[in-house]
Amino acid sequence: MISQAKTDQTDRDISTVTDRIEIRDVYKIFGRRKEEALALVREGKGKSEILERTQAVVGVNNVSLSVPKGSISVIMGLSGSGKSTLARCVNRILEPDAGQILLDGEDYTKCSDARMREIRRRRISMVFQNFGLLPNQTVIDNVAFGLKLRKVPLAERHKKAGEMLETVGLSEWASHLPGELSGGMRQRVGLARALATEADVLIMDEAFSALDPLIRTEMQDELLRLQNTLHKTVLFITHDFQEALRLGTKIAVMADGAVIRDGTPQEIVIDPGHDYVAAFTRNVDRARLFDAASVMSESPADAQGGRFVLNDAGEVAGWQDPVTGAVSEGFLAVRPETTLIEIAGAAARRRGPIAVVDAEGKFRGRISDEALLAGIAGAKETMKGSRTDA
Amino acid sequence: MLDPEEVYIPLDRWIQVGIEWVADHFRPLFRSIRWPVDELLNVINGTLEAIPPLLLIALFGGLALWLAGKRTALFTVVSMLFILLLGIWLETLTTLSLIATAIVVCVIIGIPLGILCARSDRAWGIIRPVLDVMQTTPSFVYLIPVVMLFGVGTVPGAVAVIVVAVPPLIRFTNIGIRGVNEELIEAGIAFGATDRQLLWEIQLPQALPTILGGLNQTVLLAMVMSVIVAMIGAEGLGLVVLQGLGRLDVGRAAVGGIGIVLMAIILDRLTQAVAERDPRAHSGKARIGAALSRLFGSGHRQAEGKLEASLDSKN
Repeated sequence: MISQAKTDQTDRDISTVTDRIEIRDVYKIFGRRKEEALALVREGKGKSEILERTQAVVGVNNVSLSVPKGSISVIMGLSGSGKSTLARCVNRILEPDAGQILLDGEDYTKCSDARMREIRRRRISMVFQNFGLLPNQTVIDNVAFGLKLRKVPLAERHKKAGEMLETVGLSEWASHLPGELSGGMRQRVGLARALATEADVLIMDEAFSALDPLIRTEMQDELLRLQNTLHKTVLFITHDFQEALRLGTKIAVMADGAVIRDGTPQEIVIDPGHDYVAAFTRNVDRARLFDAASVMSESPADAQGGRFVLNDAGEVAGWQDPVTGAVSEGFLAVRPETTLIEIAGAAARRRGPIAVVDAEGKFRGRISDEALLAGIAGAKETMKGSRTDA
Repeated sequence: MLDPEEVYIPLDRWIQVGIEWVADHFRPLFRSIRWPVDELLNVINGTLEAIPPLLLIALFGGLALWLAGKRTALFTVVSMLFILLLGIWLETLTTLSLIATAIVVCVIIGIPLGILCARSDRAWGIIRPVLDVMQTTPSFVYLIPVVMLFGVGTVPGAVAVIVVAVPPLIRFTNIGIRGVNEELIEAGIAFGATDRQLLWEIQLPQALPTILGGLNQTVLLAMVMSVIVAMIGAEGLGLVVLQGLGRLDVGRAAVGGIGIVLMAIILDRLTQAVAERDPRAHSGKARIGAALSRLFGSGHRQAEGKLEASLDSKN
């Protein structure tokens, strides 16, 4: 049996090679009677029943998640949902009580303290909600903190920390104390500190939640900008669904310690699959979230008989009017990744049929006015990826 | 029924017998405790007495200037000159040595014990009630077992001072370390700190102001106790007061009292200034600061740079 399980695991590791971190069946229980509580939660007993019977709190309940390499994965949940607990299990600030967590296929939940320190020093770093900066150390020493723990010589670690400060645009603040910086600047220092160790996995626990809304947006942009060049594997924890949509390539929604929905932002907005999730998606600005590809029809012809005329290379030669039959160049061309709000803006300025054209200029699809409006309004049947049973 | 004049539980005799038994059987232990205190006291007292009074006053003035600024420095110099002119200079030096010895020993015992208490709930559970008893017991009462176990004189006096002065340092160290922001501890762990690195890089530097606050308390308690131990024959300003009272020489007693008050104020100001020191002051204070933070491991940058450079050259 055991060897069988091992083989399965190996197979799975090969098939999931693009996942940097894989969380498998992780549980975290707070309280004295852990074993008892764990047995009950595995039987499917509810959180409150377990609390009553064992005085133990279920922090994380059977979570399995994969965090793909080089992208931002968001865990979204309200306070008490277990998202921060889960994040702390990933670098084992908190010990998971059951399950495995794999880094590039290596299960490190049972590894030695020395190995775990090595992982924390070189592979997984963290950004904290309230920054977690040492108030009595200068900005550059704070950035160099991880390197100091690794016993990198002073000159070398200051050089590296200096580069990181430049990356986040705080070079001239190197010799100031964190207390002299604004919140947004402090979190840039926190980010620089996490980047300085050259860890490829970043855990960002409510990293921008303590910042005011304008600065938060600015920091989100900064993270996306850095991510364009650094391609870190980011596990981003937030209680803010809008933030999750902006940053996440994938989103997992947590409630009561369990993941209740995960998928791409668009998948979740199209089909929340859960009343709890729907409460968040209701107010989403769909026009900014969805792109041309999600509402286009692949057919060049519309129901009234009008059609895009394509040349041999697959490029759009013109629009054939259904009444006159004349082919004109009076049409709008947009890219598949153009958001609906941009398309609507362009369409308002210049009426006409809309063609979706890829970077090589090839025709990909056509967007009718109805599809555009339905996409913005959120009518499910026009959206791609919507489940037929929904 | 129960006669108030009668003793039913002869506790006094039991204690007497018990302490005698301990004194008889553990003599080598008490001798070995006495020895380092004795040596330290002699070294410090000898050094202080070897320095010309005016030079010592200047040194104290300089120290006060560095740590606490002009006003305290002026106060220090004037007070010490006054003490010199009152003719109680040597007694003051003895009291100062007593206090200095007690502080050194308290730091050596108190800070590690405080760290232990902060890291282990079990240790704190054992040490805390002991500290409670120690701090509620009137300092006067300590004199009895000290005389029985260590005899009379200045060295037993120093032992009594240490016993009285050490609890606040243990308490403050414990509180300081336990009070370090949880997120900073998490940050330390998240970046791969070992237990030792966590202590030296995060916990001790963050707790330092609290620990120094405890040191201030220790210094003041040591000052108070250094006077009381005159009753078991310790020399110094306390003895001046005691002799004055014994001979009904109110003037002499008052002079001793004035010396005590002035020294207490000076020591309080200086230790408070250390506790409130700006960790990054670039003035003259920084040099003392660097020395202190090296002592406590918070790693002042320049000092550390040199240290590391020397370590590198060794490798």
